Amino acid sequence: MTVQVFARVLAYILLAPLVGGLLEGIDRKLSARMQRRVGPPLLQPFYDVIKLFKKQTIAVSTAQSFLLMTYLVMIILTGAMYYGGSDILMCFFVMSTGATFLYFAAIVTSSPYATVGANRELLQMVSYEPAVLLACVGFYLVEGTFSVSEIASSRYSAIMYLPGFFVAFVYILTIKMRKSPFDTSTSHHMHQEIVKGLTTEMGSKNLALFQVTEWYENVFLMGVIGLFIKNSSPISTVAAILVILVVYFLEILIDNSSARVKTDMMIKTSWGVTILCAGVNLLVLMLVR
Amino acid sequence: MANIKRSPWLLHYDGSSCNGCDIEVLAALTPVYDAERFGVMNTGDPMQADIFLITGGINAQNQATVKQLYDQMPRPKVVVAVGVCACTGGIFKDCYNILGGADTTIPVDIYVPGCAARPQAIIDGVVQAVELFQQRSDEHDALVKQNKEGREK
Ligand code: SF4
Repeated sequence: MTVQVFARVLAYILLAPLVGGLLEGIDRKLSARMQRRVGPPLLQPFYDVIKLFKKQTIAVSTAQSFLLMTYLVMIILTGAMYYGGSDILMCFFVMSTGATFLYFAAIVTSSPYATVGANRELLQMVSYEPAVLLACVGFYLVEGTFSVSEIASSRYSAIMYLPGFFVAFVYILTIKMRKSPFDTSTSHHMHQEIVKGLTTEMGSKNLALFQVTEWYENVFLMGVIGLFIKNSSPISTVAAILVILVVYFLEILIDNSSARVKTDMMIKTSWGVTILCAGVNLLVLMLVR
Repeated sequence: MANIKRSPWLLHYDGSSCNGCDIEVLAALTPVYDAERFGVMNTGDPMQADIFLITGGINAQNQATVKQLYDQMPRPKVVVAVGVCACTGGIFKDCYNILGGADTTIPVDIYVPGCAARPQAIIDGVVQAVELFQQRSDEHDALVKQNKEGREK
């Protein structure tokens, strides 16, 4: 058992950047196709990161590299804990702690654009946190445990009891993945009203670190999507992967078909969706039980 | 010597151009020409850029800005002057405020002529810049290695 856990954690640490990078490559290719362009090669994200690692490092603040490193380690820890089958609530706490380091990495530069981006990142956290916590509560109500490995090996898929929580989680996933219309803090697209927002002062190596962290984070988030589907039967693993791919495609579609909204709009709608979907689902669960 | 020419990120700065060349630069990114298939990304951030694409001449006011943008870009970097304005000052050459082409302020590597420069010419210029970028990167690597060895001795 412990060997299995160890193997899963190791697989996450080694494979997550590859899977995450590949997912981003697919994302860029699909986006280009949606805009009727040919698009970059599938491995473009890897080329980008390799180049960034090779460039001269200009650091506005020496603390930035350290803070970004901590952010990376925190997110790896989150994913490792998650794929190791530990406490899901704890995973999200560690993730939020990591996100604060990202905030500091942007704000130490005291660049106006990075500061605005960092503040918006905080607002993004405010928007997605309720849905994330409610999802944990939902898992607990249905399965009676926070343990990821036990939730994943229960008899029925959690989504049967938690459809509302699932909708809310997919909604905030757009915020978490910094996709349009909620790419307020920093954008993957070329221009933004605050230059590159959060990542404005991150050049070369630091930007590469940020990019790799994002890959780790995406693989973790996709895993959480899979947890809604996964149950004790092996077929559910296939179903989980299918659902993950569908959700990822949906994110790309939304990204390409919507314009950026203001932050207050983001908070209002995300809280609204959370309360409506997850809240009503929660009420029903508590009444039926 | 990693192959880094697959990922050239552009910084586009509009000097005192008439906007003609800028429209053409943006046209190069549209579906018709799609520069992203070469890995080209148009970033607005000098810290993340590899190739400095400048349109329009240098005037008394933007000289400091152009200089600063160039200095903020991490090495290795390449400068491309797009349109005759950026090459020599072009049609505005004799204006009282124009100092001349981009090379009056920063070292320009590739000159793309035309008024306005055509998207094909711009992409061609960028592709040449990418080759130069790779070459510079290799030189940069060799230099870094030399320094390291020097320190170890
Ligand atoms: S070269 Fe011609 S089109 Fe380009 S900025 Fe100058 S005047 Fe305008």
